[in-house]
Amino acid sequence: MTVDILAVLTVLAGMLPADVASSVVLAEASPAAAPLAVGGAVSDALLVVLEAWYWLLRQLYGVTGFDVINPDYTFMYRALLVGLCIGVIAPLIGTFLVHRQLALIGDALAHTAFAGVAVGLFLNGVFEFGISPYLTAVVVAIIAALLIELISEVTDAYNDVSMAIVLSTGFALGTVLISLNAGGLAVGINQYLFGNLSTVSAENAIIMLVLFGIIVGVVGLTRNQLLYVTFDETAAEVAGLPVDWYNRLMVMLTALVVVGAMQIMGVILVAAMLVVPVAGATQVSRSFSESLLVAIVLAELAVLLGIGLAYYGGATAGGVIVLVAVGIYVCTVVVGKVQTAMETERTPDVDTITSD
Amino acid sequence: MQSQDSTADGAQADDAAGTADTGGAVVHLNDVRFGYTATPVVEDISFSIDAGEYVAVVGPNGSGKSTLMQLLLGLLEPDSGTARLFGEPATAFDDGTRIGYVAQQASASKDMPITVREVVKMGRFPHVGFGRLSEGDWRAVDQALETVGMTAFADRRITQLSGGQRQRAFIARALAGEAELLVLDEPTVGVDTESVDAFYDLLASLNAGGITVLLIEHDLGAVTEHAQRVICLNREVYFDGPTDEFTDSEALARAFGAGMTTGAD
Repeated sequence: MTVDILAVLTVLAGMLPADVASSVVLAEASPAAAPLAVGGAVSDALLVVLEAWYWLLRQLYGVTGFDVINPDYTFMYRALLVGLCIGVIAPLIGTFLVHRQLALIGDALAHTAFAGVAVGLFLNGVFEFGISPYLTAVVVAIIAALLIELISEVTDAYNDVSMAIVLSTGFALGTVLISLNAGGLAVGINQYLFGNLSTVSAENAIIMLVLFGIIVGVVGLTRNQLLYVTFDETAAEVAGLPVDWYNRLMVMLTALVVVGAMQIMGVILVAAMLVVPVAGATQVSRSFSESLLVAIVLAELAVLLGIGLAYYGGATAGGVIVLVAVGIYVCTVVVGKVQTAMETERTPDVDTITSD
Repeated sequence: MQSQDSTADGAQADDAAGTADTGGAVVHLNDVRFGYTATPVVEDISFSIDAGEYVAVVGPNGSGKSTLMQLLLGLLEPDSGTARLFGEPATAFDDGTRIGYVAQQASASKDMPITVREVVKMGRFPHVGFGRLSEGDWRAVDQALETVGMTAFADRRITQLSGGQRQRAFIARALAGEAELLVLDEPTVGVDTESVDAFYDLLASLNAGGITVLLIEHDLGAVTEHAQRVICLNREVYFDGPTDEFTDSEALARAFGAGMTTGAD
């Protein structure tokens, strides 16, 4: 397990711009023997975080008595933790994607991540590797992300045809591998397609915490550069930024988000969390930093309400979360219209300006 | 001012060693040729722009103006010849603090929620790298907003501004970065006439303050009224010299077609 998580870290860091990578992930992991030790330490530390989270929710149950956090159902504790992480990382990355008109890339990567899951199940079924399918999904999704980026660099534009091809290829590969592998079928592919609250294991929760740490850390470090590239790519290039590298970074982070969020949201619906809360935040926010914050708040609201409703109603969490998110989006559209109308009344002469 | 004839001969050989003497020129192109296919979009392009000049590159649609701009900014590599920025090969030049770029319009989606101040702040990004903006950086942002007369609009969403105001915000971004060279690609397309005049006044005052201005323009009237020097392009350079000589020259008719006037008189 620890080695696997470290492999993910290594794959990601190896593909970052050198200056970013050195300051993010691999600073401590370069000596040959160190990775295992570091990986073990990280895993142990995250187990402690998980225990602390259990303790916190048990206390909360003692105070509120909400059945959704009943200590008898610790799988819900893990599901809530993963859900809260999704509520941060999906809109965080989604904000950059949506404003680059790349809303559909999440969908394409989710479908290729499904191929990654199938590869994992296949390897486990045939070779008895015992590897988490989410980790093979990370690797395959990152490769697909870089492939999409490469096509866009060669053709000088992201195009929906290349994304459609990658999406279909990924999903087709996934279904073929699974049908070839009887063991894979026995595992139950529905949990990957539609997500499942009850199958979030401690291992999967830790994978999510690692992905959360990487995504938040990398975005925190490169927020200026990602904003510049998102807003005005040519000016960013003139300003000396290695734009291609930041584009690659962005699609790789998207791949990580998609795989992380897949546990609860499922392959089919995961992209909605990258897009819907961001679309809502765009309606009501004035500044970029405000829109990031609002998108996260809206996503958390959708996740918590969605998980709660799914639990009490016995429905699929991914679907309920997306429906709640869309409901919130509709509300923000109304609020945004009212805001705009009020601002127009207040500032009738916005076009007038004189030169100093 | 430096005319086409005075560009350094043999610069190409020197460029191989990366030590060409471009006489302190901000921009230096020597025998540049470039094409997306076998047919060149621009060829035989040689000129230098010195610090403090106000130069306009004009030409009809499809004359290669935007390609030329990308070549001199190092966004494209010439098929042959050399392009230098501040004495370094343009494609290798990475000191983003020295160049400010204003496009026709930002490539980002039109409904992106971002304030004028956040846009201007980007001018400081090449200075701060992965760090946070210091108090000094914020002072530079405020100063730039003041210079372009946009302080009152600092917290407005950029999509709520008129075309002219938006272009001022982009100039402020370049100023916040303390750019020495300002490159503008048809900045007044879609901007109302009154704002256009104020915009060019602003450019003139920035140039008077020592900033080198390179304007890529289709609007001949605006160019002849404001720039000191005109480079007329239609795949190759038809004219390179003082603005008043350009309006009387045959280059205008050759590049744009007979009967064309600048409309400045």
